Amino acid sequence: MQEAMKARAKELLADGSVNRVAGWKIGEFSYDITPAIFETAEEIDRDFVYDDFCGANLSKYLISQSRKEGKILVFLKPCDSYSFAQLLKEHRIIRENVYIIGIECYGKADINKIREKGIDGVLGIKESGSSFVIDSIYGEATVPKMDVYAERCLVCKSKKHAVYDELIGEEGDVVPSSRFDKVAELEAMTPDERFEFWRGELSRCIRCNACRNVCPACSCENCVFDNPNSGIANKAAADSFEENMFHIIRAFHVAGRCTDCGECSRVCPQNIPLHLLNRKFIKDINEFYGEYQAGENPDEKAPLTNFTFDDCEPSIVYKRGGNQ
Amino acid sequence: MSEVNETLIPQLGIVTDIRTDTPDVKTFRVNALDGGKVFEHIPGQCAFLSMPGVGEALFSITSSPTNKEFMEFSIKRCGCVTDWLHSMEVGQMITIRGPYGNGFPVDTDFRHKDLLFIAGGIGLAPLRSVINYVRGNRDKYGKVDIVYGSRSKDDLVDYDEIINEWVNEKDFNVHLTIDREQEGWDGHVGFVPNYVKELGFDTDKTCIICGPPIMIKFTLAGLIELGFKKDQVYTTMELRMKCGVGKCGRCNIGDKYVCKDGPVFRCDQLDEMPSEY
Amino acid sequence: MKKMQAANLNDFFRAAAAAETVYLPVDSADGARFMKYEDGVTLSMACNTTRSAKDFFFPQVENLVDFKVDGKKIEVIDGREEVEDFVIFGVRACDLASFEILDRVYLNTPPVDSYYKNRREHGTVITLACGRPQETCFCKVFGIDAADPAGDVTCWMLGDDIYFRANTEKGEKLIAACGSLLTDVDEAPVENAKTAIRAMVDKLPIKDLKLDKISERHLLENFNSSVWKDLYESCIGCGTCTFVCPTCQCFDVREFKTNEGVKRFRCWDSCMYSDFTKMAAGNNRLSQLERFRQRFMHKLVYFPANNDGVYSCVGCGRCLKSCPISMNIVKVAKALGGEANE
Repeated sequence: MQEAMKARAKELLADGSVNRVAGWKIGEFSYDITPAIFETAEEIDRDFVYDDFCGANLSKYLISQSRKEGKILVFLKPCDSYSFAQLLKEHRIIRENVYIIGIECYGKADINKIREKGIDGVLGIKESGSSFVIDSIYGEATVPKMDVYAERCLVCKSKKHAVYDELIGEEGDVVPSSRFDKVAELEAMTPDERFEFWRGELSRCIRCNACRNVCPACSCENCVFDNPNSGIANKAAADSFEENMFHIIRAFHVAGRCTDCGECSRVCPQNIPLHLLNRKFIKDINEFYGEYQAGENPDEKAPLTNFTFDDCEPSIVYKRGGNQ
Repeated sequence: MSEVNETLIPQLGIVTDIRTDTPDVKTFRVNALDGGKVFEHIPGQCAFLSMPGVGEALFSITSSPTNKEFMEFSIKRCGCVTDWLHSMEVGQMITIRGPYGNGFPVDTDFRHKDLLFIAGGIGLAPLRSVINYVRGNRDKYGKVDIVYGSRSKDDLVDYDEIINEWVNEKDFNVHLTIDREQEGWDGHVGFVPNYVKELGFDTDKTCIICGPPIMIKFTLAGLIELGFKKDQVYTTMELRMKCGVGKCGRCNIGDKYVCKDGPVFRCDQLDEMPSEY
Repeated sequence: MKKMQAANLNDFFRAAAAAETVYLPVDSADGARFMKYEDGVTLSMACNTTRSAKDFFFPQVENLVDFKVDGKKIEVIDGREEVEDFVIFGVRACDLASFEILDRVYLNTPPVDSYYKNRREHGTVITLACGRPQETCFCKVFGIDAADPAGDVTCWMLGDDIYFRANTEKGEKLIAACGSLLTDVDEAPVENAKTAIRAMVDKLPIKDLKLDKISERHLLENFNSSVWKDLYESCIGCGTCTFVCPTCQCFDVREFKTNEGVKRFRCWDSCMYSDFTKMAAGNNRLSQLERFRQRFMHKLVYFPANNDGVYSCVGCGRCLKSCPISMNIVKVAKALGGEANE
């Protein structure tokens, strides 16, 4: 897969179809891969990588990259392509400046899950069938891939690309996903239990803004949290109310546009399951307005920005939120 | 704890006079609550003024240390804090802390030198402190030339003081200019950098420039053309600051902190710094 | 040198906590974090905490001063109080070194920051030699000895035993207070352990990161290097590296209105943020390139220039673990000319 991608990227650079390639660059220890822009075949030969640790979603980079001179090649995994399609719908990416190669993805590993298994001092990771063989300072370990795949991958919603110019590998299908199970579990809690759960999670927030900055749906030129006149631009959560509100406001802002790419939870240094907030919105939208997947179909009208007589009454929100 | 002096805790001052200089510049006179000055300073130093609930911002102290009665701040309206300052009335308390920064070397490098002040717009504010200091210690300095320009006649700050006092000072030459022709203006018209070149000064002077970055850039180039060396030219910088004492990290340019190593720099020093100002 | 059975650690914490609050690393949902000792709380065996220990002296949010506003009148209320004595147990060598870097900014460069000083004076630091360094650790690059950190008391965990060495008067006092749990012992086992730790540190992958080339070069040559353009583009401009960093010490001053008046507080800020240098008149670091460069230039070039060549990095490796896009000071240093690159 990686070699086919490298070859195709070099081909497109050589024939002038594109002048840059957005991909992933090898790190120090197999797992610390950095998104990067490659401009030459030499850079691609030396640094380009595509493996189970290329979890970073490249689509948001295209907002600025598509405004630069020339055309850029980007490799998109199925879930990344949903983010890209959603950004296109919001007119944030200049499509004609981007050439998309859709690539297969069977799940990406989460280094934290490897560490949670007590495997530390990780120096290198190799694939071996359905397992990873991990070389560490403290010896070698083998783990089944499925055990250390990211949560978002274990509940993958689609192996099919929402948008692409060409594909490398097989195109997949939208797949059944159990991604709302945890949301349903939270819904079943009493309001007090739920509040307790979220306080426990959100109280760890350090307001680093990683979730916001990585989020493809957070593409405002000027964010409300950076606007000193908004009244909510404090850089640190001064109290628990602000801690909650930062995330709740953010979830509201991306509601109906969040494709559930899961980047927010991937990047959170405090391990807060932020995707659950977004999934709650997605689940609600599905229930109130009919099944809808942001980023899936560019021609479909978004339920939150479209009125129909079948829409549920706003009072349902009050009824559901009431403490009865 | 309370006996430890803490620079981040401000003192109180009271605004005793407000003068409207131009459509967007007002000069505020600040006294200590019991009269007199809140603190002493060196020309070119700055102070944080604030209204709790609105915000705190750094301003250069416009008055000269030779003024023993009060401090003055000429402030252009351009943001949150300055909006509020422009809307307040005499008798208002404000918080003040300082003085911060190195100030101009008025008692060392400038002594007995012929001085050439070049200012644009609100850039006169920090220089006014030096100019009036020189006037207060006239025998310690040589000849003084002042080139001052703004967009229009109405945008010249301290116009009354300039035409009533500065022009009459011994060995003071004041050259005013405005960017475009204007009715009722028979003085020079044109941008400051060009005017400086037209005037063509002797190169034994020490220059002090303050104004918009673009003006400073072209004026400096003009001075070099005239034969000045960069180590003869001083300027003062404006950057965002929060603490004033080199800790909050905001005004860091290279290994310098503008709040304590500046805001006054010699232009040859600037060459050694990253061009991030 | 004193010794105690590791099984009695809880008794040690309880004895220390009788006199003052004790904080120690505890496992939690976000990895190890410093928590207050209470019955039932147990020491984490993690190499280090997810967040650094700087919070103890430089908390993320700290009240500076209060105001009351009444018409044209303002009242300034200095609410500073002496903090109570506290103990931090389990500080690693890198984090201890970070305190010395923060000291340079807040204590040793005038004016002294009274808020920081207050906390620093009331904290007793018990360090813990590293037993299981990680691939992301590179403290040795900065001359830090993971095997023998200083602090008020130094501890070594060796099998079933834990060894204590008091280094300061504060430390002596604390050890004396827990005297009944401890017995005098010979230093030999600790010396052996130190040798073993140092041997382990010598095998770490980033231990040889060389910064000489960066240091020898003129400041502007580093600043104008072409590597910044290649490196910055992946940076998403969040503050993660800054906030998990034990040496990042920039802050913002903000206010909020309460029912009683106005609270002015300071909070951590990040040079990576787009509004860090934004002012009414403009912004001198307009793009992420400039902001990205600032952070690393400050750590590797500007800070040493003002601080006897001491880098503002202790090699704790937190940014290596936390950066959303895995860009970090090691990658930057290598690109900028650190040796051991290839």
